[in-house]
Amino acid sequence: MSNGARAGVLELVRKTGETGVFFVRLLAACIPALSRPRLIIAQIYNAGARSLIIIMLSGLFTGMVLGLQFYDVLNRFGATEALGTAVALALLKELGPVLTALLFAGRAGTALTSEIGLMRATDQLTAMDVMAVDPIRHVAAPRFLGGLIAMPLLTAIFTVVGLFGAQLIGVQFLGVDHGIFWSQAQSAVALKDVTEGVVKSIVFGAVVSLIAVNEGYHSEPTAEGIGRATTRTVVASSVMTLLLDYVLTAIFL
Amino acid sequence: MRANRSLEIGTGLFVLLGFAALLFLSMQLPANGLKFSFQKPIGYDVTAQFDNIGDLKVGAPVRMAGVRIGQVTKIDFDTNTERAKVWLRINPRFNQIPADSSAAIDTEGLLGGQYIAISPGAMPTYLTNGSQILETQSALVLENLINKFFATEANKSHGSGGGAKESK
Repeated sequence: MSNGARAGVLELVRKTGETGVFFVRLLAACIPALSRPRLIIAQIYNAGARSLIIIMLSGLFTGMVLGLQFYDVLNRFGATEALGTAVALALLKELGPVLTALLFAGRAGTALTSEIGLMRATDQLTAMDVMAVDPIRHVAAPRFLGGLIAMPLLTAIFTVVGLFGAQLIGVQFLGVDHGIFWSQAQSAVALKDVTEGVVKSIVFGAVVSLIAVNEGYHSEPTAEGIGRATTRTVVASSVMTLLLDYVLTAIFL
Repeated sequence: MRANRSLEIGTGLFVLLGFAALLFLSMQLPANGLKFSFQKPIGYDVTAQFDNIGDLKVGAPVRMAGVRIGQVTKIDFDTNTERAKVWLRINPRFNQIPADSSAAIDTEGLLGGQYIAISPGAMPTYLTNGSQILETQSALVLENLINKFFATEANKSHGSGGGAKESK
């Protein structure tokens, strides 16, 4: 094994350990952080409410394109009535949680990393330490909790908007019967499928927020370091989202 | 104070919207969830009784000559007649359906959902609110057809040996 590869593997292991240790410290800080709900609400606003437009737009177009694509394929079998089933299950179980997590990493995760990274670079975190204020409790934990709460809600909004987008294309433009579209969707979806989507979105929310906060907290205190940390946030959380998606799907099946 | 207020309103809106979406997904979408119909179709109600409704569901379309004229609003079991009772809401635009029309449950496409097809009769009186379609035809259940087919095949080969082919 070459020197570079060995260093890369070692760095990966170190990063995993660093994230793990940080996760435990973060969890320990979460309970006391709950006593300052105002901080958490501000982070729900930052991570959730301000991602609303991009989530709804993406959901709408994802649903519309699903409607088109599934209609085209199902039409070859003369089974366009199954459009509702296909779209509802695809959005609920896979596309809703995964696409929302990827968008969330790009929209909210990068903001978290660069914000905390700049706090680190301008010695704000050190100053808190000096004042005996725990930066994990006051900076990291509210942001983590905010992301954790915002993700399932964003996913649900994405899925519902996507369903109506698919309905818009399938029923209004392509002529699938309105009643058939919804009754087929309803008969195929069980409560278990909804649970699967919600569990996935909570796990993705925790992972993306954890990675974003951790990268910011441990970023190099330079302009270049913050940039690299932000890039790593997007790469790591995207890969982790897709990897965990496979694992969670296998568990739920 | 001003900025704080708009932050709270924004967060509140987002959380309410999120929970509304979750509620929709968990209660409206699954078949075993609670349901409240949010758009009642207008029209008059007609009932029909079937021996077997197969896979028919509430919301399935009612068609006449292939054109959608209404939808199924309720399905129940009639304990008096031991048959399935189906409520159809017909669009008031189609108010001249002969009273002796017949209703059949058809399947849309190969895998599709089932719908009610109404074939017009010849009587000069028309179906109105509360009237019942008397002549009905049950859903074709594919498994039953296959079972019947195999049963007759088995009878043929058991009963008369190779004679089945000659008699045909």
